[in-house]
Formats: sequence, C-alpha cells, structure tokens
Amino acid sequence: MSDIFKIRDKQIKSRLFLGTGKFSDKRLVKLVIDAAKVDVVTVALRRVDLESQDENILDYIPEECTLMPNTSGARTAREAIRIARLAKATGCGNWIKIEVISDNQYLLPDNLETLKAVEVLAAEGFVVLPYISPDISMARRMVKAGAAAIMPLGSPIGSNRGFKTEELVRIMIRQIKVPIIVDAGLAMPSQAAKCMEIGCAAVLVNTAIATAQDPINMALAFSLAVEAGRKAYLSSKRPGIDFAQASSPLTGFLTQE
Amino acid sequence: MRLKINGKQQEIKDCFDLEKLISSKGLNPNNIVVEYNTKIIPKQNWPEVILKPEDMIEIVSFVGGG
Repeated sequence: MSDIFKIRDKQIKSRLFLGTGKFSDKRLVKLVIDAAKVDVVTVALRRVDLESQDENILDYIPEECTLMPNTSGARTAREAIRIARLAKATGCGNWIKIEVISDNQYLLPDNLETLKAVEVLAAEGFVVLPYISPDISMARRMVKAGAAAIMPLGSPIGSNRGFKTEELVRIMIRQIKVPIIVDAGLAMPSQAAKCMEIGCAAVLVNTAIATAQDPINMALAFSLAVEAGRKAYLSSKRPGIDFAQASSPLTGFLTQE
Repeated sequence: MRLKINGKQQEIKDCFDLEKLISSKGLNPNNIVVEYNTKIIPKQNWPEVILKPEDMIEIVSFVGGG
C-alpha cells in the first residue's frame, strides 16, 4: 500500500519525529536517529556559552534529516518570530516549530500568541508547524494563516502523562486538512500507536526516548508502534461519525432572519 | 570598550570588527548566528561591522531540544 507522507513539498520517510533534548550524551542522538530511521528532528536555539564550549548538536544529526528548530523560550509572538529568523539564518532550512509558552508550571502553549507568529512567519515563507493546545477554532485560523501542520499536545511537555487530549485531537483530524502531529507528553509506544490508529499523521517524541534506560531500543519501539498504528489506521474501516449533538435548541437564534 | 554580549557586559580590547570578535572567542563561524543590535548579520558581512561602545551582540547556536 502506498502511503506517502508530505509536509508541503517535502516527502517524510518516518512518522516518528524526534526531539533532541535531555539526552545524557549527544552521541546517543545519532544512534537513535540511525536505529529508528528518524527523518524529522527538532532542535532549540540558545545563546552560545562563551566560557565553556560544547560540541554542536548538528554534528550528531545526519544531513539527510529535516531539521525543525523550535522557538522554545519565546513567551510572545514577537520573541518567537525573532528566534525563527535566527534559526533560518543558520542555513539549515525554513521549517519552524512555533512554541510560545508563558506558563512555567505546565508549559502549556499560548495559542493566541502562537497564531500571531504563524501569520507573520508563514507570510515570510517559513514552513510553520505550531505547537498548540488542541483548540479547533485556533487550528482553523492557523491553517488559514498558512500553517503546514498542526501539532496539538498529548499532555504537558515532559510529563509522561500520555495521550490525554484524544477526543479533541480526533475532532481535529476530521476537521483540519493539514497533517495533525501529536507533540509532547507521550510516555509509551502504545500511546503513539493510539495516536496513529485514529489518524494522526505523525507523533513527536523526546523525553520518553531521551530519558529511557535504553534510548536506542525505546526509539525502535516507538518507531514500530508508529508504523503499526499507521497500518491499522489505513486497514480499518473508517470510524463512525460521532459528531456532537447540541443539548440546547437549534432554533430561535438571535442571528436568524 | 564595553559591549553587551549575550546579555553580559564585557570589556573588549583589540577587536574592531565583528569577525575579529568572533574569532577571538574561538567560535566556529559555521555553527553560529550573530545578531548585532537586534539585526542578523550574515557571516560574509562580519568584517564590515565596526564595533562601538554599548553595542549589543547575541551569538546563538542550536542545542538539543524538543
């Protein structure tokens, strides 16, 4: 069965996206990418430490990978836009994961600031992938503004609480015509499989792999789960429609003429 | 002269342009992006940027992140 996955004009080989934070040793990043055949890889942008110079993360990411820098650290659209432009100036492509967070405790995204950043960066020609709280109206606005994919959270970043937003993500998959990629909170491969079974285009995993006792085998497990879930989605009957049923009357609205 | 580099005041001697400053810090030009007074400066233009007191310079690079 041919199952080609594209974001804009870029064909993506693996539906498991990898975040590269929290690895105990940067060399593991390359071993994980090779073992799980990861294609899309996330990095962050930070000030260089002028006192102690560390090796560059890019030395451990194969050139064939698609780099998706994030705008972590941004609390406003303005800051995210600045980080995105700096990331693009590295010459490593024009993909950007927009992440705007002002909540330090749960690290939940600020959808309104994220939308503002999508509008500006998509117009500048970035391939924009916003990380959002799963809100369908916001997702629609972001797609209209030019988002290439929508990345709703599964649960808070690094929380390992799993796929808690399933109902909202299901609706998003039905209603939104760009790829839906669950990002954050997935702890176990079974949760990644679940995301794929309901029709997500991909998942992004970092903490669960990076902090596993054996990150290489955990990445392999996630990769198999993502493939299994995808195959199940493609082979199953299309799931029944489960639209909402209004509990208030659908007549007599103030706006009716 | 005093410059602000990555948010910290620093006393800099003998660096008249951005390229000399970067090389004096031992940084690999291929791994970094430089913002000079909030404007991104491409590598090839570093020698043309003459530093003056109170300039603000940000030097960034990619790190692991999710």
